[in-house]
Amino acid sequence: MNIRLNGAQHAVPDGATVGALVSGVTGRALAEDGHATDGRKLGVAVARNAEVVPRSQWHSTALADGDDVELVTAVQGG
Amino acid sequence: MAALAPTTQQPARDPLTIDGVELGSRLIMGTGGAPSLEGLGAALLASGTELTTVAMRRYSPAESGSLFQLLADHGIRVLPNTAGCFTARDAVLTAELAREALETDWVKLEVIADEHTLLPDALELVEATDQLVARGFKVFAYTNDDPVLALRLENLGATAVMPLGAPIGTGLGILNPHNIELIVSRASVPVVLDAGIGTASDAALAMELGCDAVLLATAVTRAQDPALMGAAFRHAVAAGRLARKAGRIPRREHALASSAMEGRAEFL
Repeated sequence: MNIRLNGAQHAVPDGATVGALVSGVTGRALAEDGHATDGRKLGVAVARNAEVVPRSQWHSTALADGDDVELVTAVQGG
Repeated sequence: MAALAPTTQQPARDPLTIDGVELGSRLIMGTGGAPSLEGLGAALLASGTELTTVAMRRYSPAESGSLFQLLADHGIRVLPNTAGCFTARDAVLTAELAREALETDWVKLEVIADEHTLLPDALELVEATDQLVARGFKVFAYTNDDPVLALRLENLGATAVMPLGAPIGTGLGILNPHNIELIVSRASVPVVLDAGIGTASDAALAMELGCDAVLLATAVTRAQDPALMGAAFRHAVAAGRLARKAGRIPRREHALASSAMEGRAEFL
């Protein structure tokens, strides 16, 4: 199925979770609680259809076809 | 050669406490505008800052992690901002994302009216402050130099109010010192002069007017020598703070001799 990720079309397997998407894009393995298994901070957050998905729910939140996902991190600014 | 004995009194430690957190430096530095991460790191270190702003933007695999790591390496606390938000809705959502990503409930709330002036939109700012306080955020509200609005934000539960000296990035200094003084005189939360600073004397003035801290980015990151300018601001903020605490002399219309007139030699 297809979702929009940061404004661009992005294909994910049917039934993929937010956790799988984050892990795939960042290249970091995630524990059940959504923290990186390497122990370093991940520093990203996810909004799905304009609602924040808390890290603790990444693995239990399934994506649906057509979802609009924003994956953000801290950059220089302000 | 023997070292000279110290002849000057060392200033006592004078931390700024916000939300129970002690910051050793009253200079808060933004990270925006730096051409390179290495240069930014040097400037941050030279400035002595212990708190720095970051923006929230779309994740890009190529650029990820480096800024975060730099701040962590130097033990600098992160203050995420909502830069680029024009509505309370966007600002609240951005703050929520920042809280998730960076695991802090501190947020520098910026809700701007338009890209030309980058001035805060007072109505959206009030609405966003109200919502964010209700959601448990510690709101550092970037605001106009309006004493009435500053007090409104404080009454809504803002943790700090941050009036602008001049529009963002202009380097025009403090355009309305009288209003900044008024804001300070009525505030019971920390007042941080934010935006418009051009050079060291502007930051010293902000502190002399009674501000608790100064927040700046462009003045350092776009200076010809950012690390040197960072050091200049470190001293300026400390000097302005000392001068404020020392109590300046009143301004007078006419000259006042500092040498006694009595006992002068008379030349016949």
